Amino acid sequence: MKPIELLNSQQLSVTITRLCHELMENHGDFSRTAIIGLQPRGIYLADRIVKELKERKGINHIRSGKLDITFYRDDFRRKAEPPIPSETELDFELEDLNVVLIDDVLFTGRTIRAGLDAMLAFGRPRKVELLVLIDRRFSRQLPVQPDYTGKMVDTIASERVAVEWLETEGKDRVTLFSIEDKA
Amino acid sequence: MSSLSVEHLLGIKYLQREDIELILTTADNFKEVINRPIKKVPSLRDITIANLFFENSTRTKLSFELAEKRLSADVINFASSNSSVKKGETLIDTVNNILAMKVDMVVIRHPNPGAAHFLSQHVDAQIVNAGDGTHEHPTQALLDAFTIREKLGTLKGKRVVIVGDILHSRVALSNIFCLQKLGAEVMVCGPTTLIPKHIHSLGVKVEHNLRRALQWCDVANMLRIQLERQELAYFPTLREYSMLFGLTKDILDSLDKEILIMHPGPINRGVEISSEVADGAHSLILQQVENGVAVRMAVLYLLAGKIERQS
Repeated sequence: MKPIELLNSQQLSVTITRLCHELMENHGDFSRTAIIGLQPRGIYLADRIVKELKERKGINHIRSGKLDITFYRDDFRRKAEPPIPSETELDFELEDLNVVLIDDVLFTGRTIRAGLDAMLAFGRPRKVELLVLIDRRFSRQLPVQPDYTGKMVDTIASERVAVEWLETEGKDRVTLFSIEDKA
Repeated sequence: MSSLSVEHLLGIKYLQREDIELILTTADNFKEVINRPIKKVPSLRDITIANLFFENSTRTKLSFELAEKRLSADVINFASSNSSVKKGETLIDTVNNILAMKVDMVVIRHPNPGAAHFLSQHVDAQIVNAGDGTHEHPTQALLDAFTIREKLGTLKGKRVVIVGDILHSRVALSNIFCLQKLGAEVMVCGPTTLIPKHIHSLGVKVEHNLRRALQWCDVANMLRIQLERQELAYFPTLREYSMLFGLTKDILDSLDKEILIMHPGPINRGVEISSEVADGAHSLILQQVENGVAVRMAVLYLLAGKIERQS
């Protein structure tokens, strides 16, 4: 199977702008909001959203951070190698804030479960919402649903969604490919 | 690399450079964890760890226990002073009895060199050496390296002098291996009687003049005189040792550079280091203790990843 392009650079940009508008509808001036990107791949989307809100929507002050969920995963010792953590960068407490967790792809829901768990080490938020760029629906193993969705796709288990960013891969785009092809 | 090349942490000697780097970068993450409002993660919640201390320890024992608890492991403690060892039980029997209670990992401190290695060959559990006689104390060397790296950015090309009782020190041996693997230059300094005969075969410099050694180095690691391990008189008096090898503010001020001061503890104030220096601005002693927890969490986390899950 040839990789299928789900979003090209322009579509991705439009989608991010729309997600920003949806966030603005619910969060006003963002004074009680914290935007948290989940490591390792959610942080790029979170950065984009924060950048767009600041530069193009004129919202000057937004709390944002990065959260690593490695130590909260439920598959430790079920894999051959222990998962290697990334950096957590969260220099404020989440007590009583409205938190928006951000990840690139929502698949089984297990990362988000771990993210919710990890987040509690930083206080008790007033409310937690989930924003994802790609929602692979019908593949959930836990009762997790996003509040903001960039694009919903139907996929089968042997497929993967790759989100590429200008900052890391040199190109903005989202593709769907089969792991059997890659191997 | 995302996995250690070893099944146990018996000594730095058995680690690759990549293993040490993996432990240090993982410890960076745990250092962030232990500075959070809630300092605990659930990674090892289905692991049970036994701390077996056949020799006295305050810092290392507490540090391991805290690391284990912050990883959510179940912990049992054992000290030989109040155990059946006094009734004649062998080491293997003692440990196997503990393992029969479904223990996954063993942290062991023992007065005999090689005890951890011996145990790793005879029992079915992940072993972490918390000091075996005068042989190795790997987690101390790792936390020392972590502390230097945190302060100076890298170990590569840095000069570290280890001062004091090198002959009886497991900290010295583990530090020599660890620092060299990370690309640092190592010197040992002390009275001739406390420097092992063939130490230069490990590729370290030897110096008997403290001031010259300090002038050479970026970091000085001061060791305690281990009177409890000394069967002979290696130097005339503690007072004389202190005059020749004790680190004081005067000698630090006389150098034309600033150096970092480390000590694995416990400190004998006024012997190998003066209070002024131990509590001074260049002393990393309390940072070492803080980092010890993060480094031990990294070691336990990475080794626990190797335990097969029983399903």
